[in-house]
Amino acid sequence: MMKRTLLIAAAVLGLSAPAFAAGETPVPPQLKWSFQGPFGTFDRAQLQRGFKVYREVCASCHGLSYVAFRNLSQPGGPEFSEGQVRALAAEYKIQDGPNEAGDMFERPGRAADRFPSPFPNENAAAAANGGKAPPDLSLMAKARTYERGFPWWITDIFRQYSENGADYLVALLNGYKEAPAGFTVPEGGHYNEYYPGHVIAMPKPLSDGQVEYPKNEAGQPQAPETVDQYARDLTAFLTWTAEPHLEARKRLGFQVMLFLIVLAGLLYFTKKKIWARVGGEVEGHATPPMTHNP
Amino acid sequence: MSQHPTTYVPKSAFGRWFESRLPVAGLVHSSFVAFPVPRNLTYFWTFGAILAFMLVAQIVTGVFLAMYYTPNADLAFQSVEHIMRDVNYGWLIRYLHANGASMFFIAVYIHIFRNFYYGSYKAPREVLYILGVIIFILMMATAFMGYVLPWGQMSFWGATVITNLFSAIPLVGETIVSYLWGGYSVGNPTLNRFFSLHYLLPFMIAGVVALHIWALHVPGQNNPTGIPIKSGKDAVPFTPYATIKDIFAVVVFLIFFAYWVFYIPNYLGHADNYIPANPAVTPAHIVPEWYFLPFYAILRAIPDKLGGVIAMFAAIVIWVFMPWLDTSKVRSTAYRPLYKQFFWVFVGVCLVLGWLGSRPAEGWYVIASQICTVYYFAHFLIVLPVLGFVERPLPLPNSILESVMGVQKGGAGMPAGANAEPQSKG
Repeated sequence: MMKRTLLIAAAVLGLSAPAFAAGETPVPPQLKWSFQGPFGTFDRAQLQRGFKVYREVCASCHGLSYVAFRNLSQPGGPEFSEGQVRALAAEYKIQDGPNEAGDMFERPGRAADRFPSPFPNENAAAAANGGKAPPDLSLMAKARTYERGFPWWITDIFRQYSENGADYLVALLNGYKEAPAGFTVPEGGHYNEYYPGHVIAMPKPLSDGQVEYPKNEAGQPQAPETVDQYARDLTAFLTWTAEPHLEARKRLGFQVMLFLIVLAGLLYFTKKKIWARVGGEVEGHATPPMTHNP
Repeated sequence: MSQHPTTYVPKSAFGRWFESRLPVAGLVHSSFVAFPVPRNLTYFWTFGAILAFMLVAQIVTGVFLAMYYTPNADLAFQSVEHIMRDVNYGWLIRYLHANGASMFFIAVYIHIFRNFYYGSYKAPREVLYILGVIIFILMMATAFMGYVLPWGQMSFWGATVITNLFSAIPLVGETIVSYLWGGYSVGNPTLNRFFSLHYLLPFMIAGVVALHIWALHVPGQNNPTGIPIKSGKDAVPFTPYATIKDIFAVVVFLIFFAYWVFYIPNYLGHADNYIPANPAVTPAHIVPEWYFLPFYAILRAIPDKLGGVIAMFAAIVIWVFMPWLDTSKVRSTAYRPLYKQFFWVFVGVCLVLGWLGSRPAEGWYVIASQICTVYYFAHFLIVLPVLGFVERPLPLPNSILESVMGVQKGGAGMPAGANAEPQSKG
């Protein structure tokens, strides 16, 4: 048994960086995201739902160690109230110390604390999870992608397509299927359509109705309580944890662009006026007379 | 820069007093104000100014990043995330610096190929050109070490692959590699020395850039016709004509730069580099930054490790010999109908090599890399020397002014008294 676990762990480790998919892995569908494009912003309600999914499902195995509780109330994120964040932080036990007696002690979390990891160290995480530590999710939306191929890697520049990590994560979370006939999934592995090599250590994490969403006035859940919706909300949340200043970046980008374009215009006419003193700008070379064929 | 002008007279008494003791104002005046510039320069000649701007931008953003970055294998990745999340506008400075490296290389490649096209490397600009090749090599070293600093997966494995190349050198290879590593594998000492060198090299680049500009001011700039300035009417003074054009070009380039920084800041990086370095897990594909890809393709095209390393370094070093490999007397490709075609084939081969460098080294990708590598070297060793003998160039215009007059009647050029040919001044 131990031997087999090690074998699987080795197999999974070898494939644990799915930056580029191998074999006949389907291409993740491109979804519509509120944060895409030059004016994209996060949907606060979606981030809050996504956080709920993280907390109730993912957090038991995956850390979020670059995110502090206080980040949850900062502008451009889920924007929980400061009171909510303080109450949330207090639910966590944080190890602190040493105190005056030289002992480490536990205290309730504060807004300035970062999310504590679910395991005391990486070895403990690996030991509890079949030999491989579940990766931290803070940067997951930027740490995964899929191969775009020609000519899409060129058009992506003009479309500003940078949601490849997000699209991959949703596809992965929706990608748990029965293994096709003839495909043997090693023990402790799970078949996933979108995971490179198709054998992923993580069991199917989400199922319909698993997380209860906040209700609207009509008493209906804010969004469908389905695997696909959970995956989208969670991924939106993880996109924010990976890029907490995304909104500020795009907003500032627009201002900078506007300024530079106006400045370039003014400089262009200044340059024209200056060059007019010497009869205008003349560039290049005259087309040489084609007296003979080369 | 090379010659002190007799025309510059400071206006104030203090200016005259100072100038007679340290003639720095005169130096600036002769180099960046009175310096005669061919009047027919295209926007391809603004990339020198763009590159100077980018060097300063990289140094300034880098100095600020170094205030928060921690060069320690256990803390580097975290410290970069600290910059991205907690430092005010840290995300902006880091994205400017990371994308700035790519912008620097886009600009330098345009600058280099402009030089190839217009024969700027030919006499009397050989030293100027070779200094440029040295700058390019220093830039590559700096960029490579900079990419290691975030200590992500691609940092670590890229460093492992590239430093391992030196082990192919006979006899001393292993020793060189252990000095690069500061140990027996890429680790904390490697990161420390790479950080130290990454901070040092840009200032060495700045030094060679100063020599590059100095060497430029002796023969003066080449121009699209490739023929030298013959009279004052062929030239305009650097300020305000070239100055305003350069400033405009830099701002247009900044628009392009800002697009990447603000809208697709991670496009030019690797997703794997947002995974902390892990010596136990090798990424599926280890791919260098895009600007190294053509050279990486040449490295992998040769089945032998030492051979590959030699070919890769030779691919750059061969540039040094270009002024002598090119036997044509005509500088500008505009007047070289046959070479023009070979030039564009060469550009195509370089682009294909870049694409091949991003592919896994297997199957027909390897064969294509080998064909392109052979062509790459043939361009320098066969095409350049032979064409000079067999090609019949088109007739050259008698002067820049004459060439330009075909487009438009020229007005006043350099003011009377300005020296016609910069060469004669040196």
